[in-house]
Amino acid sequence: MAEVVLSHISKKFGSVTAISDVSLTIGNGEFIVLLGPTGAGKTTLLRLVAGLETADAGTISIGGFDATKSAPSSRDVAFVFQQYSLYPHLTVFENLAFPLRSPIRNMSEKDITAKVKEIAGLLRIEDKLQNRATQLSGGQMQRVAIGRALVRSPSIYLMDEPLSSLDAKLRGDLRVELKRIQHVMGATVLYVTHDQMEAMTLATRIGVMKEGHLVQVGTPREIYTDPVDLYVASRLGTPSINSLPSKDFQVAGIPDTVHTIGLRTEHLQIRKGKKGSFIGTVNYVEHLGDQDYLHISINGHELVTLSNPDDGLSTGDEVSLEFVNALYFDRAGNRVHRGKHP
Amino acid sequence: MNARSSTAHSVVEPSLTSRRVASVLVIVYAFVTLIPLFWIFATGFKTPPDSISYPPKVIFEPSLEGYCNLFTTRTRQTSEYIAQLGPPEGICDEVTRRREMVIAGTSNYAPRFINSVIIAFGSTFLSVFLGVMAAYGFSRFKVPLKDDLLFFILSTRMMPPIAVAIPIYLMYRELGLSDTKLGMILLYTAVNVSLAVWLLKGFIDEIPREYEEAAMIDGYTRLQAFRKVVLPQATTGIAATAIFCLIFAWNEYAFAVLLTSGDAQTAPPFIPTIIGEGGMDWPAVGAGTTLFLIPIFIFTILLRKHLLRGITFGAVRK
Repeated sequence: MAEVVLSHISKKFGSVTAISDVSLTIGNGEFIVLLGPTGAGKTTLLRLVAGLETADAGTISIGGFDATKSAPSSRDVAFVFQQYSLYPHLTVFENLAFPLRSPIRNMSEKDITAKVKEIAGLLRIEDKLQNRATQLSGGQMQRVAIGRALVRSPSIYLMDEPLSSLDAKLRGDLRVELKRIQHVMGATVLYVTHDQMEAMTLATRIGVMKEGHLVQVGTPREIYTDPVDLYVASRLGTPSINSLPSKDFQVAGIPDTVHTIGLRTEHLQIRKGKKGSFIGTVNYVEHLGDQDYLHISINGHELVTLSNPDDGLSTGDEVSLEFVNALYFDRAGNRVHRGKHP
Repeated sequence: MNARSSTAHSVVEPSLTSRRVASVLVIVYAFVTLIPLFWIFATGFKTPPDSISYPPKVIFEPSLEGYCNLFTTRTRQTSEYIAQLGPPEGICDEVTRRREMVIAGTSNYAPRFINSVIIAFGSTFLSVFLGVMAAYGFSRFKVPLKDDLLFFILSTRMMPPIAVAIPIYLMYRELGLSDTKLGMILLYTAVNVSLAVWLLKGFIDEIPREYEEAAMIDGYTRLQAFRKVVLPQATTGIAATAIFCLIFAWNEYAFAVLLTSGDAQTAPPFIPTIIGEGGMDWPAVGAGTTLFLIPIFIFTILLRKHLLRGITFGAVRK
């Protein structure tokens, strides 16, 4: 394991800028999740660290060595792909042994067998070792793919949406397993996803990406409670943050520059009745079981928020709303801090 | 796996009637295509009079005369001379003497056949080797003028190869490649390599590059990744390409007639020159053709397993 430092990385594909001046330090043993929509540059950043692409500008150092121009094989990284993850012409055992049999590692066949068995045990696939890779289910395939990264002890594990091709149940199981394994091995991980749940649960720090820029890096809690802009705020939280134009809502003590008010469930106090700052109407209620999604229309805008099914709200009810510590954003979407002057 | 069940491979099980109809059609078709082959095979075991008898004989007394004549040269002798010879050595001696002839030596069939093997397999190997390399390059790297180059490669196939026969004949004479095995290997490779590049590029394009990338991260160089990951998955394409190249080189006649006459002559131009007394020696031609079919027959059957295996099917989760 080692520290990986990216400094001022840029990458263009033709005229399209994929990565623009990204700097990030991944500490030893850290689990960093890059979060962002498709096309934000997450995968490109991962491929740059792996050496599958070369940066146009900036440097990458892995464990203190400048790896900016190194070949993938000499970088000592492991990569888990989203799909196409296993060599179809090999058995599970051969797939797991493949990285160890590389000429640069020169490991004895006895050590290889021992290591593969150990990792197979960790991933609970011991009984599948002699199967062809193509005979596995999707979940087993992805387990083996992760295993192929784990058989080595690389400086850093790079994972490109490793769980996204799985169904929800499996995804949840493997997520927990991944966290457990990372904990056991003390691994350094750079993980790409667009799934906020994975980001929140796995990460020690989250990096939010937008159009090639790393917009904000912080702990999941920081990213959630203290987003630097509306874009970051809208990446996390279910239902996603409600953004209302401030001109339609008179809130006391709001700075003049505020253009948008961001409201999550915890920023709203909802009561039945008409006594409150704002009055809205319940459009409809989605029952999720333990919680309800409440769709409220207010001053011509629609809000979606969570509510307790015991509140007894139903379609057509009039409700009063109070905003509590809402997030404020200016016209450009940047965060405006309450009471702070620029 | 879901991806698999949605492919065309999982159509409803055909009914008994339709399977019967299909079997009948296949058998009829096979019968029609096999008649010429059977006729060649049968002719090889006829005697010369039987081979040209009219109406043609389907039932006949088999003879090895065709095979004997194929491999030997013979001279006519008087019956007195033959009578004073010792007992015949082997069946061919006996058959030949019955025609009042004696075996004078071996024919050129065996060396011509070996030439065919060397030239056809040599050029097939070279075509597939170059084809795989070029196809991989075109498939994976940014090659300047890629499309133009690919078109240029294909365009060598747009005219009948024989259209350039005269220039090639003159060039080969100047270069000392006329009637050499190397010359024929190079020529057949030049004709086949365009086909090989295009066919193999299609196959290699289908192999996701993630496999090589994974291998390179796993500690292999690009060449090692190519050998350990790409080649095993391209076997289907390589087998198909090799069969096409081999069939062309094996059966090629026009260039072989034009450019070879002795040392490097292949079997196809040799077989029609087998002339017995009083015209073509049809049993020998039949025998020569039958033997000539065997290598390609075996090669195709060996590679057919690879063709049908479809190694990458279901390996990829989409």
